[in-house]
Amino acid sequence: MSVGKSVPRVDAYDKVTGRAKYTDDMVEKNALVGKVMHSTIANGWVKSMDISEAEKIPGVVKILTCMDVPDIQFPTAGHPWSTDASHQDVMDRKLLNRRVRLYGDDIAAVIAEDEVAASRAIKAIRVEYEQYEHVLDPYEAMKEGASQLHDEYPNNILKHSGFEDGDFEEAIKEEGLIRVEGTYETPIVQHCHIEPPVSYCYMENGRYVVVASTQIPHIVRRVVGQALGISWGKVRVVKPYIGGGFGNKQDVLYEPLNAYMCQQVGGRLVKLEISREETFYATRVRHAMTFNIVSYVRPSGRIVASQCKVVSNQGAYASHGHSVVSKSMTSFRQLYNYEKACKVEGYTVYTNTAAAGAMRGYGTPQSVFAIESHAEDIANTLGMDPLEYRRMNMMPVGYTDPFSKNVNYFDSLNQCISRARKAIDYDQKRKLYQEQTGPVRRGIGMALLWYNTAVWPISLEVSSCRMVLNQDGSVQIQLAETEIGQGADTAFAQMAADTLGIPFEKINTISTQDTDVTPFGLGAYASRQTYVGGMAVKKTAVLLKQKILDYAHEMTRMLPEDIDLVDGNIVWKTNKNKILLSLEDLAQEAFYSMEHAQHITAEATAQCKSNAYSLGCAFAEVEVDIPLGKVTLLNLVNVHDCGQLINPQLAKMQVHGGMSMAIGYGLSERLMYDEKTGKPLNDNLLDYKLSTTMDHPDLSADFVENYEPTSAYGTKALGEPPAVPGAPAIRNAILNATGVAINKLPMNPHLLYPAFRDAGLI
Amino acid sequence: MYDIEALYEASSVENAVELLQEHPDAIVIAGGSDVLIKIREGKLAGCSLVSLQKLDELRGVNMDEDGTLRILPLTSFSHITKNPLIQEHINVLGEAVDMVGGPQIRNIGTIGGNTCNGVTSADSGSTLVAYDAIMEITGPNGKRQLPISEFYVKAGKVALEPAEILTAILIPKESYNNCKGHYIKYAMRNAMDIATLGCSVNVRLSQDKKTVERLRIAYGVAGPVPMRAPTAEAKGAGKPASEETAALVAKAALEDVNPRDSWRASKALRLQLVEELTKRAFIKAVELSGGAL
Repeated sequence: MSVGKSVPRVDAYDKVTGRAKYTDDMVEKNALVGKVMHSTIANGWVKSMDISEAEKIPGVVKILTCMDVPDIQFPTAGHPWSTDASHQDVMDRKLLNRRVRLYGDDIAAVIAEDEVAASRAIKAIRVEYEQYEHVLDPYEAMKEGASQLHDEYPNNILKHSGFEDGDFEEAIKEEGLIRVEGTYETPIVQHCHIEPPVSYCYMENGRYVVVASTQIPHIVRRVVGQALGISWGKVRVVKPYIGGGFGNKQDVLYEPLNAYMCQQVGGRLVKLEISREETFYATRVRHAMTFNIVSYVRPSGRIVASQCKVVSNQGAYASHGHSVVSKSMTSFRQLYNYEKACKVEGYTVYTNTAAAGAMRGYGTPQSVFAIESHAEDIANTLGMDPLEYRRMNMMPVGYTDPFSKNVNYFDSLNQCISRARKAIDYDQKRKLYQEQTGPVRRGIGMALLWYNTAVWPISLEVSSCRMVLNQDGSVQIQLAETEIGQGADTAFAQMAADTLGIPFEKINTISTQDTDVTPFGLGAYASRQTYVGGMAVKKTAVLLKQKILDYAHEMTRMLPEDIDLVDGNIVWKTNKNKILLSLEDLAQEAFYSMEHAQHITAEATAQCKSNAYSLGCAFAEVEVDIPLGKVTLLNLVNVHDCGQLINPQLAKMQVHGGMSMAIGYGLSERLMYDEKTGKPLNDNLLDYKLSTTMDHPDLSADFVENYEPTSAYGTKALGEPPAVPGAPAIRNAILNATGVAINKLPMNPHLLYPAFRDAGLI
Repeated sequence: MYDIEALYEASSVENAVELLQEHPDAIVIAGGSDVLIKIREGKLAGCSLVSLQKLDELRGVNMDEDGTLRILPLTSFSHITKNPLIQEHINVLGEAVDMVGGPQIRNIGTIGGNTCNGVTSADSGSTLVAYDAIMEITGPNGKRQLPISEFYVKAGKVALEPAEILTAILIPKESYNNCKGHYIKYAMRNAMDIATLGCSVNVRLSQDKKTVERLRIAYGVAGPVPMRAPTAEAKGAGKPASEETAALVAKAALEDVNPRDSWRASKALRLQLVEELTKRAFIKAVELSGGAL
């Protein structure tokens, strides 16, 4: 068996030796170079543009402005499309926008023979703006008189929704309840994937070929078609290896503009690479959210009713829009079990900041920071042990969501807590860190994690797989689910090997997706590929195996029902040591038989009509240097129940990466804007404090493996969950160390120094 | 792709001066870790460069006959840190430049570039100021020397006249002898960052290690250029090498500095850091000098 083993990833050698090809490695050197011109105001209108000087610059081939583009608004979110217009993603941007909605909006594009000519041309374009007052804060944006970003959405409210379980107002009338209120704020952060968004496009035989660093090739095909107003079949998208995406590339970013640029120069090859700075302000970011939570608890610790109001900063364009805060709201409803009532209300609001989209965790890093900070505050208010409080109130075994019908089958949260607690020596340290004095103090804290693996029942996701038998008994497998660094190619190969009954080494995962060739699927997003893609792998492998056994029947005269494929050989079912035929011999015969030649292949589509809770926790230990307002993270332990591990080594790496993102989210990362101009202040990796390995302790990742019954291989979400609970765990550890509750991220010295000073610690 | 109009590679110091005379608008490039960034950002796009890259005569650390340490400006940060003369006589400088950026930057960035760009946050700056370094400058009229305090003119501006280049950084023996220093870089990250505040303190203790004979303190990012703290230094000189003196000196330092309020850090935070880092660096420098607090 291959599943469950830490086999080396299939792309490891090519990636470490530099042989693996990424988009920029593949583009022909004679490509024209595209560059985007961004607005230098945050809100307004392009009155006119003068490109006459820019056109004279040697090497400039063509300049396209926001006056030229087709009058088509298109969506960019990497969601499954809906044929029901009311469920379709919001269509609120054009290829270039005359109505400027953020500092850095795309207003023109230059195509030139090289980058220098393109940059010089952009400098030479003269723009006349009509400027409006910008609004960066969603609360301000909702007020009367605020500038309206999109006419279709009055008061800048993209969407407002809510739900109430039980009767909140009635529930809080119970006598003796203790009220706890808190407001928790999270910042705008960026994904900071290593490879910037990059694509190139050329036309071949009247069709557009777009090679792009994306997580979602089939969705890019659709959106390029929509944006240019051309038939989707006219677009072919190829996705080679990519250097990370974390959700930013689960949006269709600049591929449509790239295709348009190509069209405008007669189909010539145009490359469009987005710089790091542009990636910060002009691609996507994580929604900043503010949560106000009011809870009513009994002195015993049981939570009776809770109300959460959340406002999410959408930025200038809808992208994933309200879906993100919807997930935040669901996590609030489910992570804790409110005895009588739970009332949640959420707003998604346009502002003149970077468009917020999908980012690892999809609304839950924000909500879990609020929920788990609040849980700690309740426990402290009651004088209760924080673990005891959680055990009393967290999602119970057997919980069934009324909407999705998802069931919490196992006692995962308790199991994860007890494992992490032991690993970090929680009980001892909790005692040790009581009543500290002095400028440097230590603390320990934790946070739970809730995540939902896929998107059912909001959308029906499909995943298709193709398998092709080679002459030597090896098999190609092909899926639309993408390798984006997480190890998907390896995991799929392990699954296929087991279900087919052939050695792992004999499986070739075709890493590149090509929408002309690759069967349909939706790509890498949510934390669903092993779950949804696994279903397609299993279904297809079962089909292929049946075809192999049927062919073996012709060669062995044994009934297909009485034989099996084990480790690359056809064997008796009753005695698996009895080898009747190798798969290689069978394949040779099938390819070249004089009696019955057949290319043995299989293809199937799986529909995912289930979902699964992925639960876990993080425990953090910190040292706080109070006079310096500085936190050193001494220990971080994550424990996850993501079902059965397909590849423990890869799973651990996945968790480490997520923990690293949580550290930056908790302690240092925040995209800042100048209040006066709306200009991003720190749109580079020096001033945007992405954390480094020198800011990390040794990361500890562990697992509880409850086989997930709804999953083809017993697995469920692990891509995003590791990034979720770290920040609140660190927050609660700082609280434990200093007695100061920090309700805002990132907890950097700018925030901690005044907080410690105000608390009288300095 | 960098927008560079022309690149002139100097074959000697004299040739570098000549090239700068021939191309008065050209910018000097050494390691390139600042200049290339500015070209990429567009600030220096289209510029011409005079490169010192091939001038091995400007690399290394030597000692003059009179004991003056002669640090040649093209020496990379990592070579400064590993140099035995630096380690023996002014180890704090090696430690300070070992906090620049990351390993790759330290292999390419030079100490000359770090001072000539006139940036207050330069990790070498405060320690060189604290050690009263002397800048040796070569230009069309030959060599001249300037105390580092006069070399720094204002933010981003040093006292190099047209066609002049820095050819050595000198630390006189009187400066480093019997003296130990400590540098604290306070930044938002533990690597790949520039200082929010840098504090370099060195002391010379009395023979019995009980009294501070000489105290020198300098900061980066406490003002527009690296600067000394004369009030604090005077407060500490002649006082016992004690925690009380540390606190006294740290408090006094607040009179010497004038940090800015900016989105990178508030003035209040920077003042807090001035006091706290001065105290800590003083204590460490005393300990390194064999003092017991």
